[in-house]
Amino acid sequence: MSFDMLFVFMLTVFLGFELISKVPSTLHTPLMSGANAISGITLIGALVAVNLSDAGGVFSHVLGVLAVVFATINVVGGYVVTNRMLAMFKKKEGPR
Amino acid sequence: MTLTSLAQASYVVAAVLFVLSLAGLSKQETARRGNLLGMAGMVLALAATVILALDQSERSVLVTALLIAMVFAIGAGFGIWRARTVEMTQMPELIAILHSFVGLAAVLVGFNSHLTEHGDAIHQVEVFLGVFIGAVTFTGSIVAFLKLSARMKSRPLTLPGRNLLNLGAVVASAGLLGWYIATDSLLPLGIMTAIALLLGFHLVAAIGGGDMPVVVSMLNSYSGWAAAAAGLMLSNDLLIVTGALVGSSGAILSYLMCKAMNRAFLSVILGGFGAEGGTASSAGEQGEHREVLAPEVAETLAGASSVIIVPGYGMAVAQAQHAVRELADLIEANGAEVSFAIHPVAGRMPGHMNVLLAEANVPYDKLVEMDDINQTIDTVDACIVIGANDVVNPAAREDEGSPIYGMPIIEADRARNVFVLKRSMASGFAGIPNPLFYRSNTRMVFGDAKETIEILVEEFKD
Repeated sequence: MSFDMLFVFMLTVFLGFELISKVPSTLHTPLMSGANAISGITLIGALVAVNLSDAGGVFSHVLGVLAVVFATINVVGGYVVTNRMLAMFKKKEGPR
Repeated sequence: MTLTSLAQASYVVAAVLFVLSLAGLSKQETARRGNLLGMAGMVLALAATVILALDQSERSVLVTALLIAMVFAIGAGFGIWRARTVEMTQMPELIAILHSFVGLAAVLVGFNSHLTEHGDAIHQVEVFLGVFIGAVTFTGSIVAFLKLSARMKSRPLTLPGRNLLNLGAVVASAGLLGWYIATDSLLPLGIMTAIALLLGFHLVAAIGGGDMPVVVSMLNSYSGWAAAAAGLMLSNDLLIVTGALVGSSGAILSYLMCKAMNRAFLSVILGGFGAEGGTASSAGEQGEHREVLAPEVAETLAGASSVIIVPGYGMAVAQAQHAVRELADLIEANGAEVSFAIHPVAGRMPGHMNVLLAEANVPYDKLVEMDDINQTIDTVDACIVIGANDVVNPAAREDEGSPIYGMPIIEADRARNVFVLKRSMASGFAGIPNPLFYRSNTRMVFGDAKETIEILVEEFKD
């Protein structure tokens, strides 16, 4: 780890605070499930880890593959369910 | 341009898309676009990673591609199936269990990184932190899931000296970190994982059902920090940025909710709320409650010119949202004004009631926030409280000894007539007695909320 990374990390933390400071309560659930899907970015980490696994033997491969499976469930499930919720919010704007 | 720098470039674009996604998700008009931008970012980041992996793979490209596709298919298939079939009332459980997967993935990535890479002390710290946060997120989310799906009692578990236990777990983990750095062996990492798993379990087990919205959002935040830790471990900027975004936005969301409950952030996180029960003053002299049957309620509603409906977790449990919307339509057709008063922490996750009512096609502009409804509630003819308890408890305003004293509530007791739909006289999740039930303008309607509303609908049709 270099200080560059820490720098990026800290700046992003503040960006996150700023982004979310004014959210209507209607959107709390979709925002949360959307954010959850985004945090499924660990999938990238899991993929990178699997790729490095050759150095760590069979057990390491198993860990990596499992990580990819769980992260994929999170990403895909999170996006689909967020979309489903937002579609409901949208539907009633039409007739009004 | 090499393939690696191309991947780096697409990571930058993906990070920007995630920022735009969160910004979009925080406004009604742009929420759908926000979600789509997030998906685009994810697809882009994944594609770049997979292509890079294929290029670096020592096996043949085809075998690696097939392996990756297979693993994706398993995860995606399961994820789509759950997301498509889940009932809107079960949304909190689904989100909780999804959080646990992020935590688990972070733990697995951490162990994997330990096995494959023997870096310096800084890398060891990153592995250790990633596994710690991941493990706490994992068991914490599992407990939240069990509590939300009523497979586990939602009352807070209060072990003697629970704060000391938590502190002890953190101190022990710090000690193990020293051991781990010194020896680079699997043993201290494994012991710490066990401790962190127990810590996650204990942290959430100690929090009562009423505080679940904050907990779910906190776990969302933890899952972000876990992703960021994995990013530091693997020196992957995209993971760091994305994890930090989710972590901090989840934290601020939890904080906003605590403010809505007038609770100290720390005391929610440390848990044990409501375990002491009510005070003597509120438990003693409450008097009698008055019970009515549905037909009488219908009579009052027919004569009302303004009606508000206060939904709570009970509406979700009874799956009454569609019946409630039907009733609201009928009352409106009768010439009365109907609105829904939504407390910021009603239900078991942030925005829970909004999602349910949206599912039942209740128009967005019928949902009124707490502060607005309280200004006009004196002139309301009838207030129907459906499966809500603590969010309408006047003790929050009047009884300084009450554990929820100071929490902003929907002041239902000020309406001319209050009907409380409830299964029994039992107190709410926090176990706090509710004086609203004994007021002279309050009538209790016992029974399953959905059945009661359906009877009301029938009465109204006649």
